[in-house]
Amino acid sequence: MSLLTFDRVSGARGRRTLFADLSFDLGTGDALLVQGPNGVGKSTLVRIAAGLLPPVDGSVTRGGAVALLSEAAALDPQLPLTKALGFWAGLDGARDRVDAALAAMGIGSLAEVPVRMLSTGQRRRAAIARVVAADAPIWLLDEPANGLDAASLERLEAAIATRRAGGGAVLVASHVPVALPDARVVTL
Amino acid sequence: MIALIVRELRIAWSGGGLLLPVAFFLLVATLFPFAIGPDAALLARIGGGVAWAAALLAALLPIERLVAPDVDSGVVDQLVVRGWSDSGIALAKTIGHWLGFAPAVMLAAGLSAALLGIDAPTLLLLEAGLLIGTPGLAALSVATAALVAGLRGGGAVAGLVMLPLALPIVIFGAGALDGGAGAMKLLAATSLLLCAGGPIVAGAAMRIGRS
Repeated sequence: MSLLTFDRVSGARGRRTLFADLSFDLGTGDALLVQGPNGVGKSTLVRIAAGLLPPVDGSVTRGGAVALLSEAAALDPQLPLTKALGFWAGLDGARDRVDAALAAMGIGSLAEVPVRMLSTGQRRRAAIARVVAADAPIWLLDEPANGLDAASLERLEAAIATRRAGGGAVLVASHVPVALPDARVVTL
Repeated sequence: MIALIVRELRIAWSGGGLLLPVAFFLLVATLFPFAIGPDAALLARIGGGVAWAAALLAALLPIERLVAPDVDSGVVDQLVVRGWSDSGIALAKTIGHWLGFAPAVMLAAGLSAALLGIDAPTLLLLEAGLLIGTPGLAALSVATAALVAGLRGGGAVAGLVMLPLALPIVIFGAGALDGGAGAMKLLAATSLLLCAGGPIVAGAAMRIGRS
């Protein structure tokens, strides 16, 4: 089953073309690693895949709900972590998955800590927990390893493997290595 | 929609945000008698207009935190990914903003009536006018906030953008205090127009800002 399809997609920032005629198809259990140095268009590709930006050319087809990890955590800084995640989980109809998502990222003990009190790395793990809790079949992860220590990176890789094993598809854009067994690779 | 409105209300009321419009309104109402002197007849004549100007400024007060923080923190992106339209987000923000400041302003208008020499029949018209006109002010505030989101010094620019556009509301609102049904109908029409168009404008601004 096809979950995310790029058909001859071109992306641009302003008038500068970043990539052109990019085609791929991600089905259940698939993963795609988009790699390249800073500024080549990885985030633009993720935003096009998420439907936040229109492609300059070509078409994007999504076969299910999307969970997006971007640079911004999108968590209310004044709220305790569990409530900040609960807002999104409530919208996703997955409020009962918050505790498990926090545990999966190793931050279950921080559930009652206000988001503004979290370190950069903890906030990043919280944002990943938001993705995990969403239970969406398509994960789009933009630089997910930023701010993560080695143990947290392993937790992220385990979460990605679980999502793939559960029938999801994962697109990771990263300028640092992320272990994605049997993933296709696109270099921009 | 309800979850997003509740979130907007929580943000609006956090950190004393509920009291801010009341305090601001009362401050303006207190300053005017000092500025123009203790002429009761003059105060009574201009009191309604002062109340409307104070309501407009109270709507403008939180404009920098209506849209820009949610754009910067990725909240708008996350909502769009979940299938929300930009106009739908703007509508929820408009309702949340209205609930956040309008009841407080209406309460403050009642409290400041004595200071401004507003009699009971005029106060009733003022409260009815605020009930009708403040949704339009809320929609205009959110649209303006979306237009200036991402601009340096957006708050100051927002004032320059919003105040001229809000003049019809203030003019018709103050005009309705003389008992003119025509002014109240024009106030309602203007407010309705702003409520219908504001979320569309705000949504388009957020969409353009994203690309």
